[in-house]
Amino acid sequence: MTLAEFRNVSFAYPAAEERRARPFALADLSFEIAPGEIVGVIGPNSSGKTTLIRLLTRVLEPASGEIRLEGVPVRRLSRTDLARRVAVVPQGILPQFPFTVGELALMGRYPHDPGRYFESPRDRSVARAAMEATGVLELADMPLEHLSGGERQRAVIARALAQEPRLLVLDEPTAHLDLRYQVEAAALLRRLNRERGTTVLLVSHDLNLAAEVCDRLVLLNGGRVAAIGGPEAVLDETLLAAVFGCAVVVDKNETTRRPVVRLTWRIDAPSAGSADRREVRETK
Amino acid sequence: MSPMRRLVLVLGALTGVLVLAAAAALFLGSAQLSPSAVISAVAGRAAPESVERVVTLSIRLPRIAAAVLAGGALAVAGVAFQALTRNPLAEPSVLGISAGAAFGVVIGQSFGLGLTLREAVGLTAFAFAGALVAAGAVYLIAAVGRGLSIQTLLLAGVIVGIFFSAAITVVISLLDFNRLGGVVHWLLGNLAPIPPGALGLFAILSALGFGLVVTHARELNLMALGEEALLQLGVAADRLKLTIFLGAALLTASVVAFVGPIGFVGLIVPHVLRILLGSDNRLLVPAALVGGGIFLLLADTLARSIVAPAELSVGVITSFCGAPFFIYLLRTRYRANL
Repeated sequence: MTLAEFRNVSFAYPAAEERRARPFALADLSFEIAPGEIVGVIGPNSSGKTTLIRLLTRVLEPASGEIRLEGVPVRRLSRTDLARRVAVVPQGILPQFPFTVGELALMGRYPHDPGRYFESPRDRSVARAAMEATGVLELADMPLEHLSGGERQRAVIARALAQEPRLLVLDEPTAHLDLRYQVEAAALLRRLNRERGTTVLLVSHDLNLAAEVCDRLVLLNGGRVAAIGGPEAVLDETLLAAVFGCAVVVDKNETTRRPVVRLTWRIDAPSAGSADRREVRETK
Repeated sequence: MSPMRRLVLVLGALTGVLVLAAAAALFLGSAQLSPSAVISAVAGRAAPESVERVVTLSIRLPRIAAAVLAGGALAVAGVAFQALTRNPLAEPSVLGISAGAAFGVVIGQSFGLGLTLREAVGLTAFAFAGALVAAGAVYLIAAVGRGLSIQTLLLAGVIVGIFFSAAITVVISLLDFNRLGGVVHWLLGNLAPIPPGALGLFAILSALGFGLVVTHARELNLMALGEEALLQLGVAADRLKLTIFLGAALLTASVVAFVGPIGFVGLIVPHVLRILLGSDNRLLVPAALVGGGIFLLLADTLARSIVAPAELSVGVITSFCGAPFFIYLLRTRYRANL
C-alpha cells in the first residue's frame, strides 16, 4: 500500500503568471511514497520541486494525471481532510505578529476541529507532544521572533507534527540555516522517522542533506523525472553533471556511508537543461 | 489557565474599566451638574423637562453609547484589516477606507439623507459602497507585486485617502453649504448625540460586523502564516478573506456614517492590547471591542472638557495620539520588515 502516489502528473502555470518569471511546468511526473519512507525530491532551481508540493496540497490543481493519498485522489478530499493527512513545513516564514511557539503549534490542530473557538485539552496535549518531539517545549511561551533560526524551524516542524499527518512535507528545511542547525535538522528528521514512523517528503536543493537523510531520491530536471532510486544510484557524477550543468565529484562519507557531492568549481560538463536555469525567487 | 478562563478574565477587567470610564463621562461636561443631580436623572427621579434629565439622558448618555460603539467597531476593524493584509500598520483610516466611506456619506447627504432611522439605512449603504470602492482601489494599486508589502499597501492607502478627500471637497464646494451644515465638524469625527433609532441601527450593524470577524478569529491567526499555509491547514482562504473584508468594511462604514471618519483608533487599540495580551486574535478581537470603546470614550471625554465650554472633535484627539504612535511603530517595532 502506497501512502502517496503521483500518477502522470502534468502542470503548467497559466500565461498570466508569466510576469512572475515562472513559465514552468511539471510533465508526466510519476512516483510513489511508501509508509515510513523518507523520500527526497532534488533538482535545480525551477525544476518543479515547490510546484510538486503545491499540487500535493491542492494549492494548485494538476492539468492532467492524478495524485492519490492512501489510494484516494486528493481532489476528492476536502481541504481539512487533506490537512489532517499532509502537513507542510514551508520555507522560513515569520509571521508579522509575535505569536508564541505554543500558539504556533496549536495552529496545527485547526484541521482536526475547525468549528472550535479554543482548542480542546486533547488538542493542547498533542501540540505539547509535538513541541517535545522537536525540542521546543521549554520555549512554548517565547515569541517566534526571539528565537534563533534553528529553534524557529523546529517550532514550525512542531506545528506540522501537531497536525498528526500521515505525510510530513518539508520545503527546503535547511535554507538560511547555519551549518549546526542543518545537522540538527537532519538528525531531527531521522529521529522522527525512526521513533514515530513519520513518513517524510523532503524537497531540497541541498544534495548532501538529501543523501544523508533519505531512503530514496527523485531527481527532477525541467519538470521531468531524471532519476529515481537510492541515493547511491541517483547521485551519479555523470547524471548530476548533466542535470545541474556543472562538474561534480561524488565521494562517500566515511562515518555514515552515504554519498557526498562536492563541487569541482568548474563548468566542464555538458550543459543540459540550461533553459531551466533561470533564477526564480520563491515566496518569502 | 485555560484560554476560555483567560478570555473571561480579560473581558471582565476591560468591562470594569469601561463602566468606570462611562461613569466618569456621565458626570463630566460643560453643563455644571452636581453628581447627585446626575444620579437622580439616571435613576429616573428628575423632573421630565429638568436640565439634569435632558443633559444626562438625551445628551451625555447617547454620546457615551456612540463613543463606545464607534471605538469598539473601529478597533475590531483594525484587528481585522491587520490580519487580512498581514500588515500590523493597516487600519481603516490609514488604508483610505474611512475616506472612501466618508465620500459615500457626503454623496448620501447631498441627496438629503440624515439620521432618521430610514435615512440612516441609506446613509450607511452609501458609506458601505464607498468603503468597498476605496478598499478595491487600494487592493488593485497595492497588488502589483507579490503579496501586499507594507510599503505599497500604505502608499496605496494614502493615495486613495487623498483622492477621496479631494472628491469630498469637490462635492461640498458644488453644494449649497447650508445643506451640509455640520459636515466640516463631522469630517473630523464628531460624537454629537445620535437619535435613538439611528443608535439602535448603529449597534445592530456593529454587532453584525463584529460577529463576522469574531467567528473567524481562529482563522485570523492562521492567516498570519501566509496564503499557502492557510490553504494547507484546511482553510477556504478566499471565502475567509471575503468574509473578514466585508465584516471590517461594514464596521468602518457604520462608524463613518454615524459619527464620521475617526482615525487611528484601529491602530492604537489593537497594538496596546497586543502588548498586554499577545497576538491570539481569539482574545484580541473581543478585547478590542471593549478596549476600543474605552479608548474612544476617554478621548471624547477629553475632547469635550479640555477646552470647555467649547469642544474639540474627538478625531482631533485620536489623530494627535495616533500620528506619533504610528511613527513610533514604524520606526521601532516594524523597522526590520520595511
